[in-house]
Amino acid sequence: MSEVTAGIRPGSRAHLVGLARDYGVYVALGLLVVVNLAITPNFLSVDNLRTQAVQVVPVLVVALGMALVIGTKGVDLSVGSVMALATAMLPMYLGYGPVVAVVICLAVGAAAGLLNGSLVAFIGVQPIVATLALLVGGRGLALVISGGQLREVRNPEIRELGAGSAFGVPYTVLVAVVLVVLVSLLVSRTTFGRQLVAVGGNPRAAEFAGLPVKRVLLGVYVLCAVLAAIAGVLATARLTASDPSRLGELIELSAITAVVVGGTPLSGGRVRVLGTVAGAVLMQLITATLIKNDVPASVAQMAQALIIVAAVLVQRERNAS
Amino acid sequence: MSSSEDMSEEPTAQVVLEASGIRKSFAGVHALRGVDFRLRAGEVHALVGENGAGKSTLIKVLTGVYQPDDGELHYLGAPVSFARPAAAQEAGISTVYQEVNLVPSMTVAHNLYLGREPRSGFGLVDFRGMRRDAENLLEDLGIDVDPRRQLGSLGLGVQQMVAVARAVSADARVVIMDEPTSSLEPREVETLFELIRRLHERDVAVVYVSHRMEELFQICDAVTVLRDGRLVHSGPMYEMTRLELVSTMLGRPLSEVRREGTTAFGGDHETGSTALLRATGMSRRGVLGAVDLSVKPGEVLGLGGLLGSGRSETVKALVGLQSLDAGVIEVDGRTVRRGSAASAIRAGIVLVPEDRKAEGIIPHLSVRENIVLAALPRLSKAGIVSRARQDKVVATFMERLRIKASSPEQKVNELSGGNQQKVMLARWLAMSPKVLLLDEPTRGIDVGAKAEVQSLVDDLAEQGLGIILVSSDLEELVEGADRIVVLKDGSSVAVLTDSEVSVDGVMSAIAEGGADE
Repeated sequence: MSEVTAGIRPGSRAHLVGLARDYGVYVALGLLVVVNLAITPNFLSVDNLRTQAVQVVPVLVVALGMALVIGTKGVDLSVGSVMALATAMLPMYLGYGPVVAVVICLAVGAAAGLLNGSLVAFIGVQPIVATLALLVGGRGLALVISGGQLREVRNPEIRELGAGSAFGVPYTVLVAVVLVVLVSLLVSRTTFGRQLVAVGGNPRAAEFAGLPVKRVLLGVYVLCAVLAAIAGVLATARLTASDPSRLGELIELSAITAVVVGGTPLSGGRVRVLGTVAGAVLMQLITATLIKNDVPASVAQMAQALIIVAAVLVQRERNAS
Repeated sequence: MSSSEDMSEEPTAQVVLEASGIRKSFAGVHALRGVDFRLRAGEVHALVGENGAGKSTLIKVLTGVYQPDDGELHYLGAPVSFARPAAAQEAGISTVYQEVNLVPSMTVAHNLYLGREPRSGFGLVDFRGMRRDAENLLEDLGIDVDPRRQLGSLGLGVQQMVAVARAVSADARVVIMDEPTSSLEPREVETLFELIRRLHERDVAVVYVSHRMEELFQICDAVTVLRDGRLVHSGPMYEMTRLELVSTMLGRPLSEVRREGTTAFGGDHETGSTALLRATGMSRRGVLGAVDLSVKPGEVLGLGGLLGSGRSETVKALVGLQSLDAGVIEVDGRTVRRGSAASAIRAGIVLVPEDRKAEGIIPHLSVRENIVLAALPRLSKAGIVSRARQDKVVATFMERLRIKASSPEQKVNELSGGNQQKVMLARWLAMSPKVLLLDEPTRGIDVGAKAEVQSLVDDLAEQGLGIILVSSDLEELVEGADRIVVLKDGSSVAVLTDSEVSVDGVMSAIAEGGADE
């Protein structure tokens, strides 16, 4: 009955590291913007901002799903292949109209998620292995479906989705914004979201508390794959072509990076949606900044590596304290 | 009660290992306060005591894991000190742990010679020689297993045999077995005993640690009892009755058992007439034999028994977290689906688990989120959680249980153990349960919080809840419970009512109960 708390003292090292993890990504993003304002010509131009926004959309949408999966202490390596599946399906069903075609793409995504989720939740396969299977097999299937061909997408609605904008904001960016809001609400306001965080935080305790642990895991992988399918559709619309052999390649790594840099720990039990957005934008801006200032892409990759290491270090110290 | 001096009157075999005046403390906590231990060649020596008595510390001192702060070790007549576990092993002291510490993906022969593989020329492993040696060793010990089999493909019992064989193969003079039967089936236990008898014939000394009374009396020749880091008894096994052994272990001399309580529990409760929860014939291969119990509204039912008797498994089975092969669980006469946590919770049976950290709290979530966790679906409409309703529930229970936190948003892992336990209670009381199962509810919490939790249990019973209380603290169990079901080796062996609900009664039931005699 003596001590009330063993809390973290303000100003202590642990406190500062905690702050760095929680807000570091925003600070880094702010710094990068300031640097760009100083050195990059036309950084604030509408064209540039729009380009950056459009380019970040696929990674961002995939990262939203990835953040949910990582929140349950899992990971989904198959997102790029799910994008490939979506882009392979899209041109085949455009004959039934764009809505039907997009719905089919999302259904294929959901099916992929069900496969991943079932392996993880019901069979108990480690997430990295379960989704690795689809990472390899999914793209293969996409190539079989499409005949390995790059196909041009001529459907006007889909082309409009990729190129058009409302009030100066590209449609793809609007879709991403809506998804960010939805996922954010899902995590903070819904039963499912809170159960997801609890399952990631302590799966055994969640089971003891009577939570439907398996159903939550299944749902998380389905959501992640559907988001990946959406990213696939958006990317296809922007390219105006379906390229299952390349679309979404290595995107799982960019998405994981965005999530981790955004402050969601790989150890689960926490999902930071806005942090993930900032993480995705940060990584995009680093690449853009260096390229615009004629620094080779290889250097951009090394800069990204440094950011990742920094993010992991901050999290590790927090856990150790 | 005899003392360690009695050993000198037993002129038997050579003393292989002797520890005298061993002291060991950790950060000011005395784990061993001057313990003597003498082991003779060819004897099977039981080392017993409740949790925290110092058994494992003593074992670790004997095997070189810990260095004693004070005291001496003599091995084969010469003073020794083992700087590392490897040093003890090389000298001939092997340990077989509770869990099999081998590599499941490798063959039996590989496991037997792991780290000391026979070499052929060029320093390569001599696989043929290894298999031949393994075959000989296994045959010697009467273990019927093909050394080429993958270890993981064998039953746990056989794996345990392989672990013992490995220990013996190192020309061991002393084999220490720490709860070797905890994961074994009765048939497998028999095989292990057969093996121990062979060790006895080879003049190997065995230190046998177990909580299972039968086994001790079946296989051991001598016994040493530790309590609170002190030696309280050492002597031949046949000189003791079970009741004496139990009372020595628990430190409650039979004559002075009855005395005033020190817990915050009140007297007996007014209980309803018909059972609220009734469980019959709960069994699970290798875990639970046959458990029957029932709780009436307003009643606190205690579950007694030693560690490993199946208390935790029983309460877990009641809430669907331990699967059962057979058994019926009814609440208000309606059968609850076995093995489904959701069904149990719907029926109103909830469990505050024993291991608060691993099974209870979600460490990085706030006090609020931990409290509402189970009730989330009830506080939601169309899947959207109402914050206002959460706050109301949280405020109610934080006040009612006097949970001390800087705010409902404080992380739960920053609270003291007692407050965490209250958070767990709040989580389940928010579900308005009918039957509340409490597994060691006051373990690891300070005295004040302990009293609060105990009187809360009383209050809840008065409000008509059925409560099942599991506690290793006999006093808490006896004073908290209106009735006690005593478990032994996974089966309920006695039901104590009225005046039988006493420390004495529980100990007799533990010592005498059981269908095997």
